[in-house]
Amino acid sequence: MQANLAAVSAKKTERLLNLVICLLATRRFMSVHEIRAAVPGYEQDTEESSRRMFERDKEELRELGIPLETGTNSAAHDDEPGYRIARRDYELPDITLAPDEAAALGLAARLWQSAPLASATGSALLKLAAAGVDAPVVPAALEPRVGASEPAFEGCLRAVRDGRSLSFRYRASGRTAPEPRRVDPWGVVSWRGRWYLVGWDGDRAAERVFRLSRVVGAVTATGEAGTVVVPAGVDLRATAERMARDEPHLTARVSLRPGAGWELRRAATATADDPERAGWSIVDVGFSDPERFADRIAGYGADAVVHGPAPARAAVIARLRGLAS
Amino acid sequence: MTDAGSAGARGPAGAAGQLPRLLALVPYLLSRPGVRVAEVAATFGITEDRLRKDLNLLWVCGLPGHGPGDLIDVEFEGDTVTLLEPAGVTRPLRLTVDEALALIVALRALAATPGLSEHDAVDRALAKVEQAAGAAAGAAARVEISVEGEQRVLPVVRAALQDRRRLHLSYHVPGRDETTERDVDPLRLLLVEGRSYLEGWCRKAESVRLFRLDRVDAVQVLDLPAEPPPGVRSRDLSQGLFRPGPDDLLVTLALRPAAAWVADYHPCESVTESADGSLVVRLRTRDTGWVRRLALRLGEQGRVLAPAALADEVRADAARALAAYRE
Repeated sequence: MQANLAAVSAKKTERLLNLVICLLATRRFMSVHEIRAAVPGYEQDTEESSRRMFERDKEELRELGIPLETGTNSAAHDDEPGYRIARRDYELPDITLAPDEAAALGLAARLWQSAPLASATGSALLKLAAAGVDAPVVPAALEPRVGASEPAFEGCLRAVRDGRSLSFRYRASGRTAPEPRRVDPWGVVSWRGRWYLVGWDGDRAAERVFRLSRVVGAVTATGEAGTVVVPAGVDLRATAERMARDEPHLTARVSLRPGAGWELRRAATATADDPERAGWSIVDVGFSDPERFADRIAGYGADAVVHGPAPARAAVIARLRGLAS
Repeated sequence: MTDAGSAGARGPAGAAGQLPRLLALVPYLLSRPGVRVAEVAATFGITEDRLRKDLNLLWVCGLPGHGPGDLIDVEFEGDTVTLLEPAGVTRPLRLTVDEALALIVALRALAATPGLSEHDAVDRALAKVEQAAGAAAGAAARVEISVEGEQRVLPVVRAALQDRRRLHLSYHVPGRDETTERDVDPLRLLLVEGRSYLEGWCRKAESVRLFRLDRVDAVQVLDLPAEPPPGVRSRDLSQGLFRPGPDDLLVTLALRPAAAWVADYHPCESVTESADGSLVVRLRTRDTGWVRRLALRLGEQGRVLAPAALADEVRADAARALAAYRE
């Protein structure tokens, strides 16, 4: 059985390869009738079944990215449409890489750790090797890695690639139940190892960022390919950096026990001795949201005391009260 | 993503995987007359046996007519192979959108990582790949990876790796909120989960440790060779960056929905969800300081259920901290 399947699959590969070679070689458009006569594998069947076979093969070649051109040889009479492969559309243009460029590419190729982009990387490198690019010497001690373990990643990536709308169920931060969302996706962004979808939330009529790990269940692409148009000026990297930085526009004053609060000291815009507590420091640190600031401060326990502004101080006190009681 | 996406060099066998390989194999052999069979198999990620099957299949394929001069012709000599007739398949197929995206996004991520010395070469390679990809390069603009490099420390660490030298680090341990001094024999530099880490043999801890570069206060290359003990192994990162050991303390936390992110960020042994979206998670840690800090951060959104002693410590930490505000 196994050997049988392998033989069938080898027959099919043989037929498809002969078809590609034939359509690359012809300058005229070839009708299915002509293809049936020229390409082994189609000839044993009836005309009708070989047509169906060709239709399936045609789809398979297109899925592999092989550009099948359709047309007729003369405009004069009702020619049956035919097929050919234009060399300029088929062939990878010339590419030569200097050794350091090849090494950079080899390093980049290690980045993707999971399907589908790890295998796309593998097949891309084979094409480059086939174009004469030599296997690079990659620095061994440097490992860039990006995972994509979120189940929603592949569906979102595909929708972004194809410009299709998406619908999915999403559990927003702090919400109990997942809610349905309809999104025109503009891009996917990886930040600190997590993937986010950036796009237009149709129900909320606003730009939104979704964390893929909070997507519940399957993502469904809706609408035709190419219908989502990314507005000019959308900058995914800027969005990623906005998520990263949480641009501070307020300043808090915090007392720190000697040796404690390393991260706050590093982020401080000003540092002075604390006049009230011997050996302690007072630092000024930027923040934007009192609750998020309280996240940072409360973790230091008794090693950090916030003086102000009042909302930041109140947020820390509220947090500690909840724990101490 | 499509069949094309999963039909890579290391993808499944069968027609969908074999045809793209054959279409690359023909021009590959054409550009390398007399290449060793073993080298070809290694490049294509297949066994030599599989490669011979591929070559046998090529042999019977060719131009319409399929006469002697029309077929693909391959010649073996010793352990080398030469392609004599490509039957018109002289160049590889263009990159698919997925392939272009995979390469271009990865190169852009490296180009935007601060502190890497390869920026110039990366930029040149990127320009050439984009050029070769043509229209297929478009979708790559829709995918971004942000990697925080470390301008200050990263080049020093790379130099030490290259020259196999020992490093001295002043390193901040957030769980204890203290800065430690240690000598480290570097093993490799990781750009993982959007951050940069040094993996090295810590001579103080006498084990392999990861050091996040943005927590390095000061770094110095020592005038000593790096000498990790023989047989020291890098960590397997396929299961994530941090893998708790079986001897680590098991902690149970109750998380309200607003604190559910904890389960996303830390590897948990178990996660139990109730109907209102709150979670009970069990995780292992060797650093109770870290858990105490986490619990203080979470406030009422998270509670230590077990061990009871740890829950008491958190309560005491909070009471002590609160006292400062009553003055």
